[in-house]
Amino acid sequence: MTGSTVELKAKDFASDQEVRWCPGCGDYAILKAVQRTLPGLGVPKENFVFVSGIGCSSRFPYYMSTYGFHTIHGRGPAIATGVKVANPELDVWLITGDGDALSIGGNHLIHLLRRNVNLQVLLFNNEIYGLTKGQYSPTSKRGTRSPTSPRGSVEHPLSAGWLAMGAGAHFVARSIDTAKELTTVLTRAHEHKGTSLVEILQNCIVFNDGVFEAVTDRATAADRQIHVEHGKPLVFGKEKNLGLKLKAGSLTVEVVTIGGNGITTDDIMVHNEKDKVLAALLLGMEAPEFPVALGVIYCDPAPTYEQMLYEQVREESPTLDSLLNRGQTWEVV
Amino acid sequence: MTTQKQRETVETVVIRFAGDSGDGMQLTGNQFTVSTALSGNDLATFPDYPAEIRAPVGTTFGVSSFQIHFGSHDILTPGDSVDVLVAMNPAALKVNLDTLKVGGLIVADADSFTDRNLSKAGYDSNPLVDGTVAPYQLLELEVSRFTLEAVAELKLSKKDGLRCKNFWTLGLLMWMFDRPRDPVHEWINKKFAKREDLARANTAALNAGHIYGETAELSGVTGYSVAPAEVAPGTYKTITGTEGLAQGLVVGARAAETEVVFASYPITPASPVLHYLADLKEYGVMTFQAEDEIAAACVAIGASFAGKLGITSSSGPGIALKGEAIGLAVSTELPMIIINAQRAGPSTGMPTKAEQADLLQALHGRNGESPIAVLAAATPSDSFEVAIEAVRIATHYMTPVMLMTDSYLVNAAEPWLLPNADDLPSFPAPKATETEGFHPFKRDERGVRPWAVPGTPGLEHRIGGLEKGFDSGNISYDPTNHQQMTDARAAKIEAIADDIPKQTVDSGPQTGKLVVVGWGSTHGSIKTAVARAQEEGLEVSHVHIRYLSPLPRNLEAVLKGFDKVLVSEMNSGQLLSMLRARYLIPAVGHNRVTGQLIRVDDLVNQIRNVLEETK
Ligand code: SF4
Repeated sequence: MTGSTVELKAKDFASDQEVRWCPGCGDYAILKAVQRTLPGLGVPKENFVFVSGIGCSSRFPYYMSTYGFHTIHGRGPAIATGVKVANPELDVWLITGDGDALSIGGNHLIHLLRRNVNLQVLLFNNEIYGLTKGQYSPTSKRGTRSPTSPRGSVEHPLSAGWLAMGAGAHFVARSIDTAKELTTVLTRAHEHKGTSLVEILQNCIVFNDGVFEAVTDRATAADRQIHVEHGKPLVFGKEKNLGLKLKAGSLTVEVVTIGGNGITTDDIMVHNEKDKVLAALLLGMEAPEFPVALGVIYCDPAPTYEQMLYEQVREESPTLDSLLNRGQTWEVV
Repeated sequence: MTTQKQRETVETVVIRFAGDSGDGMQLTGNQFTVSTALSGNDLATFPDYPAEIRAPVGTTFGVSSFQIHFGSHDILTPGDSVDVLVAMNPAALKVNLDTLKVGGLIVADADSFTDRNLSKAGYDSNPLVDGTVAPYQLLELEVSRFTLEAVAELKLSKKDGLRCKNFWTLGLLMWMFDRPRDPVHEWINKKFAKREDLARANTAALNAGHIYGETAELSGVTGYSVAPAEVAPGTYKTITGTEGLAQGLVVGARAAETEVVFASYPITPASPVLHYLADLKEYGVMTFQAEDEIAAACVAIGASFAGKLGITSSSGPGIALKGEAIGLAVSTELPMIIINAQRAGPSTGMPTKAEQADLLQALHGRNGESPIAVLAAATPSDSFEVAIEAVRIATHYMTPVMLMTDSYLVNAAEPWLLPNADDLPSFPAPKATETEGFHPFKRDERGVRPWAVPGTPGLEHRIGGLEKGFDSGNISYDPTNHQQMTDARAAKIEAIADDIPKQTVDSGPQTGKLVVVGWGSTHGSIKTAVARAQEEGLEVSHVHIRYLSPLPRNLEAVLKGFDKVLVSEMNSGQLLSMLRARYLIPAVGHNRVTGQLIRVDDLVNQIRNVLEETK
């Protein structure tokens, strides 16, 4: 028996299966980050359950040595919900991608978020269909050329963060496949009781290489990323001299330089995880005009689905007789 | 005390209460049913609701009916045709007149046959006077006026007063068939505990209707008595197909020592099972109203993976949507029950009407070779038994089980002898704990894989819809392995045949000239038709198939014991083609797709014809 009490290391969470993602795929880094995160969560190994749908990312459970369920396209949220309804003690992680979660499984994702089932959703967003060989996805930018859009896609992309907010999510975070902070974000997601959505910008080296380069390129990253932290001013840039400020007389943000035009640190907005409107503003920021918001953008806990469900159980196990005798009965002698 | 008129004794009666949706016909029918059950008669009932939620008053599509067939011997169907038709308005008469036997009795509320109501029902002239009802007996009563008179002293509004019409009619019918009024009084007092005035008004109307029957000279109607049927002693209640299923699932889960997660999306006619179970959390049932049919199936599968019994329910269109998920349960070999309440199709079809045209969908409606177990319920009480059986098979064979019922059966009701708590089955479903040599697809001698549940230390494993290696459970694309796994999945379902009762002959000789074969809710109609043919001296037997996958091992031998096989179904020949293909027998079909049960007289004719041909 692999005792629940044994202290676990990252490698204890690696399965014996050979990892089959393309060399250089961002998925590898995410897998490592998850394996590094789990030992510190204080959860018995046998209680972890990784559920996925279909797609490159959804191979994930096979590479974990935990319980895992590789399900069908888009339906991971529903299967994961079933697991939690049956046994709320289990620690469920849903692995999904932009096609799986936002296209074929969009309906299930919004209802998962709305119900606030206590589990973590890791949404690997690579803005492309990898497994089916490179078709544009619901998050692909307009004009994306792909086998199904040789003249450029004519669809507007979906924002995972905004969708989540609209669905009533209580935890929305964003990170990058290779980012060091990913483990911190994952830990926060796990701490949060309710559905935690973590959008992970993931590079598909084969079909969409460099799609996030404007954000992730080391040379410019400091100016293109803003790492938000609750209670701290929304500043970024190599010199930490750039900040976000509400535009006077509007509900839009602007990037300002601290020290320029009489702007001081006091003019810079302070991040508040519980502020829904701020979360929407941060989630809507796109490079290059704005830095892309990373970290825990929104976290405002509410009762979870399974908690409320089980609270409705009135008494312990009545006898079956009481069920069978319900309604009007009569005796024949 | 009024003089007691001489009652005529009859063996069986079919009454149809029909009125506007707002006339309370379901309630009236249900109260009549309870009294009839308490009178010791056997009975079968069927409510016939309008498809529209709130149809305009007085229209034909707003007519709501309730049919009860009761008698002093075995009653197996709600009856092909009606002896007494209660028509609370012209529309009710119009919709139901063709169900009435020639010479049958119409009880009509004359007050509602106004010009306005006649035209709403589409009558150019009053059918009560223009000869339309000449072939029948007519009891034309001023029900509205009598009711208002009966409740006059309670000073209700006219509207509230007229609401008591159905109780006046119920009172009259209770006199006519000598039913006890006590249970209705009890019910009224409970129901209107907070509105004493309404309780008194309804009671007054009920009693007034009864007194009217006792005292008035009703031309040609003397009152009838129906002797109690011979039934086994014990505690009874009436049970619908829905209640049978729901209670069977709870009892089955207890027997398997597991709990239920019942995930469903509302759809006619399956939703009532979800409604019933939604209030049974204390009994180990968690219900989940999913965002769609697919999610419902997937929540059930997730629950089964996590160690409870996942159940989903739907009707044809929803079953189609669940197909992919059911395939996942086949591939991952998880227990699952799918309640399939068939309705008339294709597409949206006729949601409130019955059909058996989803048998082949149930058996084969998934991609790949994906065998599952399929059972069908025959009657409301059989629904209870079949539900328990579905739980047993699902949990002991790690397989989806599709449980077939239909629009008719979920709403139909009959008296049910309550089982003794001590006689309830027990079949604990084992969960894996042994880590030594474990792999998730390691089969036992029956070919069944272990139920290894997350939370169990040392059994961490991955499953999914990709093909698995026979020896390891790991993903495999090996050609011989795929053949082996395909065979293993099929063999596992076939193995269930060793663990189910042998096929029996329901009635008639074990071998002979002709057997009528059926499945599902047509059981009562077929049994009645076969009995009638036998009374005519015809040599005919009845075989009812409960287990449609796998079929009982001896079914072939049973069928081959007859010269002719006639398969009667509410479809175009689905079981028929199965039996012909599988056993190479020249079976013929009796197929009706009308949205209604097989008619007894129609099937009797067919039996005669087939026997005629063999002469
Ligand atoms: S196709 Fe793209 S996303 Fe898929 S494994 Fe290869 S690199 Fe990764």
